[in-house]
Amino acid sequence: MPKTLAEKIWDDHVVRSADGEPDLLYIDLHLIHEVTSPQAFDGLRLSGRTLRRPDLTLATEDHNIPTTDLDKPIADLVSRTQVETLRRNAEEFGVRLYPMGNIEQGIVHVVGPQLGLTQPGMTIVCGDSHTSTHGAFGSLAFGIGTSEVEHVMATQTLPQAKPKMMAVEVVGDLPAGSTAKDLILALITQESTGGGQGYIVEYRGDAIKKLSMEERMTICNMSIEWGAKAGLIAPDETTFEFIKGKDRAPQGEDWDAAVEYWKGLVTDEGAVFDKVVTIDATQVSPFVTWGTNPGQGVAISGNVPNPADFEDEVERTTAERALEYMGLTPGTPMREIKVDTVFLGSCTNGRMSDLRRAAELIEGHTIADSVRMLVVPGSVRVRLQAEAEGLDKIFIAAGAEWRGAGCSMCLGMNPDQLAPGERSASTSNRNFEGRQGKGGRTHLVSPDVAVATAVTGHLATTAEI
Amino acid sequence: MEKFTSHTGVGAPLRRSNVDTDQIIPAVYLKRVTRTGFEDGLFAAWRNDPEFVLNQDAYKNASVLVAGIDFGTGSSREHAVWALQNYGFKVVISPRFADIFRGNSGKAGLLAAQVDESVVEQLWALLEEQPGAEISVDLESRTVTAGEGDSRIEASFAIDDYTRWRLLEGLDDIAITLGHQDDISEYEKKRPSFKPATL
Repeated sequence: MPKTLAEKIWDDHVVRSADGEPDLLYIDLHLIHEVTSPQAFDGLRLSGRTLRRPDLTLATEDHNIPTTDLDKPIADLVSRTQVETLRRNAEEFGVRLYPMGNIEQGIVHVVGPQLGLTQPGMTIVCGDSHTSTHGAFGSLAFGIGTSEVEHVMATQTLPQAKPKMMAVEVVGDLPAGSTAKDLILALITQESTGGGQGYIVEYRGDAIKKLSMEERMTICNMSIEWGAKAGLIAPDETTFEFIKGKDRAPQGEDWDAAVEYWKGLVTDEGAVFDKVVTIDATQVSPFVTWGTNPGQGVAISGNVPNPADFEDEVERTTAERALEYMGLTPGTPMREIKVDTVFLGSCTNGRMSDLRRAAELIEGHTIADSVRMLVVPGSVRVRLQAEAEGLDKIFIAAGAEWRGAGCSMCLGMNPDQLAPGERSASTSNRNFEGRQGKGGRTHLVSPDVAVATAVTGHLATTAEI
Repeated sequence: MEKFTSHTGVGAPLRRSNVDTDQIIPAVYLKRVTRTGFEDGLFAAWRNDPEFVLNQDAYKNASVLVAGIDFGTGSSREHAVWALQNYGFKVVISPRFADIFRGNSGKAGLLAAQVDESVVEQLWALLEEQPGAEISVDLESRTVTAGEGDSRIEASFAIDDYTRWRLLEGLDDIAITLGHQDDISEYEKKRPSFKPATL
């Protein structure tokens, strides 16, 4: 029977299947970080269990990590305790850890791919919802809670009910000036935050095939923002080229065997999806959010919507509340919204191509007096590569702050936070109330819009600089 | 995990949809390394508002939360479930839960009961008319009941069979899986050699 890509990966990982029970899936790679793992390690200790496969487990420090004063101990004592707890646990259970100061440290979803650990056809989990990022390689990757983290530690498996399958058919090509971030923001607004709920989503179409691996990661990263269990893209030459030669990529005969297997990881002709959603890429223009969930977005050429225009009562009241929180008036052109802070970084847009593009755009410009701009590389390797290319100097010359690697202002667990009422344009993935700091107001944007906004002081496209 | 068969307690109407886990517990409260003590972070930003439902005497000791659609979206943090439990909640009722939140609830022993939107509307109306009213939830029969006489509400709720069974029996699913170690070992023997390792 013809199968979808996700079904093939699923079936290849079923350890045990029984009527009335979820399938027991084998997990190829378990990524862990300091926030969602301490209680899981504790659970193992309390029940006298061991960590089954340290060789399929990797830890990094990212959520709490400061992006300044990297040579000093973490000032926030509670953050420091959490990080030190991970170090103790990693040592006790024999897990490889990339701590602060290590060249491989960085955001967990940047580290996996750059090491070549993320490969097609794998099952990858992490106690972090943006694990969907790894789906860009044609792997089945999803976020889990701490109880499940403990389950994977103890058994290297997870009981999972099989989700339904959805295809997102991206029709046509993205116009010049529109990016992968604009495409995924537009899709989430089209489908709303619950639209993908219960589905594994495969992004398909020529526009997807033409994307680089880093752009594909941006797309898959935000699958969770419309509720999908996972999002993935069929691997192709672009994927193989990206992986080849990386530290943990297969070598020699293993490489040949791997590529042969990977080439079969496509949805079969005639395979049936439970649902198909279409988005017209040719109509996607630079896109930004106006509200407090990622589904509340609009083209930057548009206006702040009027809640009264929403037919659905829930959407209407949610919009009213969002506008009140965001301090916005219906009908205001998005381009007239002034921002205080621009954040360039995160597992969505903190990779080399994002920094290169932003540096190219900002070179020769100065950011507006009223704006502070934080540039936070996704990993230490990204930071070092950017510095080798002189990108740090370009950002600093423009008036931006060049920081150390980590999650930073995406969620404000470290000192990088918005003050109450402060407004940001952020290349991250969530504009929830208080996400970037209590009372902070977030507009999600692409790196292109982030730079144009930093330079002009209001939400803007690159056409304006 | 404790067995869950039924629960009766004060209901709190949370008239909001899209309650993401950053609202349930903001990131700055996630730094503890235990499973307890997260109650202070529960709805931290909203609890600054004296009008917020949990700041009202009648709902302060609620153990059944009735929320709008798409509850628990966003971050995978199980701390959101622990914060609700640490505060005293045993049950959350909503027309739709985000996948990860629902999964986390099932593992941690918080009942996530999915009902029709109309049931949530009825429960909200009842709880607002009669602050402090109790809601009963029976996992065995999958029913939610509240109110008396003309205002009585009785509705069924959805929960997957496997999670229901585990909650009713109070089973630790790691122990269940460890019962299948032979299957896991067999599978591991067949894994291709090209799969990457971290050590």
